[in-house]
Amino acid sequence: MNSSLLAWIVRAVPFGTIIMFGAMGEIATEKSGNLNLGVPGIMYLGGFAGFASAYLYEKNSPNPQVAVCVILALICCIAASMAGGLIYSFLTVTLRANQNVTGLALTIFGKGMANFFGVYLLNGASYTAAPMAYSAFSAKLFPAEKMGILGETVFGYGWLVYVAIIMAVVFHFVLFRSRLGLNLRSVGENPATADADGISVTRYKYLATCIGAGISGLGGLYYVLDYNKGIWATTGQIEALGWLAVALVIFTTWKPLNAIWGAFLFGFLYWLYQFLPDMLGLKVKTYVSDIIQMVPYVVTIVVLIVVSMRKKKENQPPASLGLSYFREDR
Amino acid sequence: MKEPLIRIIKRQQPPLLNKILIRVIAIVLALVVDAVFIYGVTGLNPLAVYGVMFKGTFANAMRFSWALRDLVTLLAIGVALAPAFKMKFWNIGAEGQVLIGGLATAIVMVNCGNSLPTPILLIVMCIASVVAGGIWGLVPAIFKARFNTNETLFTLMMNYVAISLVSAATNIMRGQASSLGKLNMATKAGWFPKLWGQTYNINILVVAILAVVMFLYLKYTKHGYEIAVVGESENTARYAGINVTKVRIRTMIISGAICGLTGFLIVGGRDQTISTSTAGGNGFTAIIVAWLAKFNTAYMALIAFLLTFLSKGAAEIASTYALNDFASDIISGIILFFILGSEFFINYTLVFRKSRKEAAK
Repeated sequence: MNSSLLAWIVRAVPFGTIIMFGAMGEIATEKSGNLNLGVPGIMYLGGFAGFASAYLYEKNSPNPQVAVCVILALICCIAASMAGGLIYSFLTVTLRANQNVTGLALTIFGKGMANFFGVYLLNGASYTAAPMAYSAFSAKLFPAEKMGILGETVFGYGWLVYVAIIMAVVFHFVLFRSRLGLNLRSVGENPATADADGISVTRYKYLATCIGAGISGLGGLYYVLDYNKGIWATTGQIEALGWLAVALVIFTTWKPLNAIWGAFLFGFLYWLYQFLPDMLGLKVKTYVSDIIQMVPYVVTIVVLIVVSMRKKKENQPPASLGLSYFREDR
Repeated sequence: MKEPLIRIIKRQQPPLLNKILIRVIAIVLALVVDAVFIYGVTGLNPLAVYGVMFKGTFANAMRFSWALRDLVTLLAIGVALAPAFKMKFWNIGAEGQVLIGGLATAIVMVNCGNSLPTPILLIVMCIASVVAGGIWGLVPAIFKARFNTNETLFTLMMNYVAISLVSAATNIMRGQASSLGKLNMATKAGWFPKLWGQTYNINILVVAILAVVMFLYLKYTKHGYEIAVVGESENTARYAGINVTKVRIRTMIISGAICGLTGFLIVGGRDQTISTSTAGGNGFTAIIVAWLAKFNTAYMALIAFLLTFLSKGAAEIASTYALNDFASDIISGIILFFILGSEFFINYTLVFRKSRKEAAK
């Protein structure tokens, strides 16, 4: 196989995994009718909490254990992200604040938290690393070296990649084949009807948003501890990834299974500017590759337009997306 | 039937005093939480830190003029968003509209800087920015009007299209140089002249006029009334014979055009250059400003001042105590959460079970 194509795949799949986590969490949230624009902030919180806990454990424990390191990072990441989701749900569900504005405030807050405390860990350096967490999170599940080309392109990634895929499949069945999923979807489509049917709208919105935030946060964790080789630096990169995850949710038309291939496709599109010219043996000017970088967003816009033009019921956003539910308002 | 512990009742007309009081309480509470945070992390006396914060804006005339400059940038975008939001059109794309307006300005500056006399050059720059921003606002509006395409997500994506256009254009414009630097450095063509001896006075003046005009436009014109009706209920608007499609498209062109104009003010009057961080997140922060002010441009100025004060103050704290600037994001994040939460207590009252029984007696 062409070596550039190989390099492209190996780059695109991990990239896609970051936003697959982010998008899955946001699908859960949006299916409850909450449009949480705080995804970038949540990914910051999750990524930083995961990194910081692993880093401090490695540094301060006299005899650090790999298993403890992994579990600690996961717990801290999910807890911090869910805390972000909890702030959002408390403000939008209980206090009925505007969802868009609350989400944007959460993004500002999460980015601030991560980078503020990040500077303490950096302690003057431009970056700092957690090598043990990196080796643990990039550990391969399969004996990829012995599997040739398949080993490199399919089985050669850190285990969170496969967790993401399995999670998407499980999420699909929960959402479309279980009572729980049906209730959740009804809350997002028409909360008044769901309420009349005895479904606790508040509980579903809270749970979907907080669990969704936890899943989105894993995207941040995967970014820092595997994709970015366990290195923390002050960066705006996670924010861009968070918005890309929001874009992916639209692209998938709110279906977890589409998130799998959609995420990898976004990964390919994102790295298109670097690898396609390589593959074709072209030398592209930098400004051309700048323009190529808009492709994932343009594709998302096209999907958004096509979906709204075709008006197929099953592809539409949840009907009450972005609206708070007040029982007393009826 | 079991009576719930707390019932929530919507207030019909919250009294003004109540509104002010609740907001003040929210900000004070937020400052207390921030103080706890500051003390917990740094062990510094929060009051002393807040004192230093004050200096960020008011230490000297220079600082004050910088603060005003940043305030008007934020306010200008807030003013641009007001009509769109009042119409319940969620324009999250201000960041991109500002960038594309700034880009148009920069291109005119570079290409016509030597051939046009200053007043005409400035006018051409202005028109280019307004047209570019207007187009950026128009595109999502057309699709919203024709196919009801979700505008929140559409405008959000348009930001990134604008960013990649700007980074491509800066790449072309800088040529072999490592960075773009100030445009027309030698001739200063297209740079705003000083007004009354101050560099940023033109920006401040333009935005002040914009804010007043927008206030009047929304409150006293037919257009403003149509926007309000469409925002309240699309069906009512249709029933009243308002052409909803027309109002939507017209309003989004205005919104995008003012964002574009802000790009012109930033590039011509503040930075004299263009980069992907020209809008600098103001497009997002302004959304919060516009919403919290309930589209009233006077309140917007107040909230924009509060946020600018906070970020300047946090920068001052950062340099005084060797902390980092990101503290400002945390502090303003917490304040925003509290203000957002306080809206609830303005619009609703809580009735407790016990107090109701007493009332019944």
